[in-house]
Amino acid sequence: MSRRILAVLLENEAGALSRVIGLFAQRNYNIETLTVAPTEDATLSRVTITTEGSDKKIEQITKHLNRLIEVVKVLDLQESPCIEREMMFVKIHAEGPARAEVKRTCDIFRGQIVDVTASAYTVQLTGASDKLDAFLRAIDQSAVIEVVRSGVSGISRGDKVLSA
Amino acid sequence: MSEMLSGADMLVRALQDEGVEYLFGYPGGAALHIYDAIFRQQKVEHILVRHEQAATHMADGYARATGKPGVVLVTSGPGATNAITGIATAYMDSIPIVVISGQVPRAQIGTDAFQETDMVGVSRPVVKHSFLVKDCAEIPRTVRTAFHIATTGRPGPVVIDVPKDTTDPAVTAAYEYPETVALRSYKPAARGNGRQIRKAAKALLGAKRPIIYSGGGVVQSDGGLALQELARRLGAPVTNTLMGLGAFPGDDAQCLGMLGMHGTYEANMAMHHADLIFAIGARFDDRVTNNPAKFCPDAQIVHVDVDPASISKIIAAHIPIVGDAANVLKELNAVLQAEMAKHPELPDQQAHKVWWGRIDEWRAAHGLDHGSAPSTNGVILPQQVVKSLYRATGGEAYVTSDVGQHQMFAAQYYKFPMGRRWINSGGLGTMGFGLPAAMGVQFAYPKATVACVTGEGSFMMNMQELSTCLQYGLPIKVVCLNNQALGMVKQWQDMQYGGRHSHSTYSDSLPDFKTVAEAFGHVGFRIDNPADLDAAMDEAFSPKLKDKVVFVDVWVDPDEHVYPMAVKGGSMRDMYLNKITTSQQGDYM
Ligand SMILES: Cc1ncc(C[n+]2csc(CCOP(=O)(O)OP(=O)(O)O)c2C)c(N)n1
Ligand SMILES: [Mg+2]
Repeated sequence: MSRRILAVLLENEAGALSRVIGLFAQRNYNIETLTVAPTEDATLSRVTITTEGSDKKIEQITKHLNRLIEVVKVLDLQESPCIEREMMFVKIHAEGPARAEVKRTCDIFRGQIVDVTASAYTVQLTGASDKLDAFLRAIDQSAVIEVVRSGVSGISRGDKVLSA
Repeated sequence: MSEMLSGADMLVRALQDEGVEYLFGYPGGAALHIYDAIFRQQKVEHILVRHEQAATHMADGYARATGKPGVVLVTSGPGATNAITGIATAYMDSIPIVVISGQVPRAQIGTDAFQETDMVGVSRPVVKHSFLVKDCAEIPRTVRTAFHIATTGRPGPVVIDVPKDTTDPAVTAAYEYPETVALRSYKPAARGNGRQIRKAAKALLGAKRPIIYSGGGVVQSDGGLALQELARRLGAPVTNTLMGLGAFPGDDAQCLGMLGMHGTYEANMAMHHADLIFAIGARFDDRVTNNPAKFCPDAQIVHVDVDPASISKIIAAHIPIVGDAANVLKELNAVLQAEMAKHPELPDQQAHKVWWGRIDEWRAAHGLDHGSAPSTNGVILPQQVVKSLYRATGGEAYVTSDVGQHQMFAAQYYKFPMGRRWINSGGLGTMGFGLPAAMGVQFAYPKATVACVTGEGSFMMNMQELSTCLQYGLPIKVVCLNNQALGMVKQWQDMQYGGRHSHSTYSDSLPDFKTVAEAFGHVGFRIDNPADLDAAMDEAFSPKLKDKVVFVDVWVDPDEHVYPMAVKGGSMRDMYLNKITTSQQGDYM
């Protein structure tokens, strides 16, 4: 079992995304994170899905995704070197001495404080998912008010591209 | 200048341009513009069914028998949901049908309008693809694309959901039927990879104990003759799946019959002991493999399928080939011919002789003799009914079936001479399929003999279509193996639940089917004496009753079981062979 990142190019049409999601539900595959947005070609959307599974399972998922008529291309991103990023907002209770501590931790992780109230900071953080996890472990759990993660998106390194 | 047509007229014209002969349907509010367009033309014949499920099975039966797509028209809401079982049935067996459903007007979608169902959503897991028409001008291209997707690659059902206002007679658009379909995201492989085919040829020639495991894909690609050529060249045994029966002739000496849960002893034993399994157009269904962990331990697997997702899904393939079954078989035959010319010593004749020796022993020890001996207690055995049907029709009938013991008896004892003759719901196992499917076949081939082997339970799931048979003069012969029970359920309860027949019997409340048939304007027989069986069967298929629906209600032994039967969790060689003998671990024989 390992965490895998699948990049899917999809016809940018109503209902196409529901087929992708439906497939995961129907075949008992797990969706850990999901992001979707149009690409440089407005007729295409790019979906990034992270899921867990053995090689065999990932192969099955890939084949079944390819079977969907609206799926144009599927790539297992980690087949070759890739960059993955996730964005996160964390609203953190920050008062008294803890306020400076939150700021320090945020700096260490190269986060930005994007909103401030008298009692809280909202931190924005970008990085690979494990960096975001590490940040959440580094701060006082009881101070966390709200966490919003974007889900993973990723791209291959070098000349490799995913295109129609 | 292209013609200006309303959406409804475009839809019907597009069906004409697709060459559609029959449209199986049932009207309702959301489809009424379309029904009016149908009324104003003659080319596409609409068949009025009595239940939308039956319409889908008719289209399905028509498609299975002809290879051409079957077409259905239903209204929104309940019409659409009634069609779902038939769509799922076609999906599981990869049958090309196109289902057009009416939908509420666009502005009402999402408002819980009267008879609104999200048909695209409800059908999504059981279609190959679906469309929601957004504008009447899209209709010709949508229809063209739907037929293209339904019939190419691994075939399957396609739904077109048509909001009522896109068929409004007052709104017209230019009609032009597209010649081609270009889909950047859909390019099914037709031909197999040459290198893989050469590898497969080498493996086949090197095998000492080969077996060809042929499925529905060979039937659907009309690859029967190429399959026969391959089998002759190699001298290898062939086993057909439930979906593949007939692609290799059932009465051929090289045919081991069906394999799997109720497959023959020799087919299952040969699979288990093979050193090479050539699987073509088959998908290692759980009803075939039994426990995948114990599946055929010595076998190298060559797997040919048009759908890459079927390959290595259940059983890992050593030599995978993605491609159309008939095309791959033809290319393989050419490669084999060349290889065999170069290597006259292949395949190893001595090894094959030993292999066939073992197969013949398995055959002799336990062919389908079980159930072949005449009954001794004055009760008709269900197997004998199928044998009688086979005899009376000279093996030349189209046979549809429902689901249950009768289905397995039909599959075991009717030796189909070619593909497309045996029509049953293998994947979904849909009771109620048999009669409407037979009607679809009869529409396609009005002169052919079409028999539906059914059980009294299954038959009652779509018997309203007897009325449709009368309306269109469809002379189906229904052979009902009436065991006064949900026999297959009862068998499992006998074998796994200590004989507790929980809700599987109803013998005190069955209708008299002879009278039922007569009430619908047909001919009915009731047979309960073994001595009368053959004569009744002959009469049912006699020229005198050629134009009539005949319902032959045969009362059979209610305690009979289907054998062989796979032992749950075992390998393919683990079978119950009758009520007392089990071939556990191959120690039987
Ligand atoms: C629609 C549907 N419901 C339930 C089943 C489960 N089932 C499989 S076989 C069977 C019994 C069928 O009875 P009958 O048609 O009389 O056939 P028999 O087994 O007695 O020959 C049932 C209930 C099914 N296959 N399809
Ligand atoms: Mg029955």
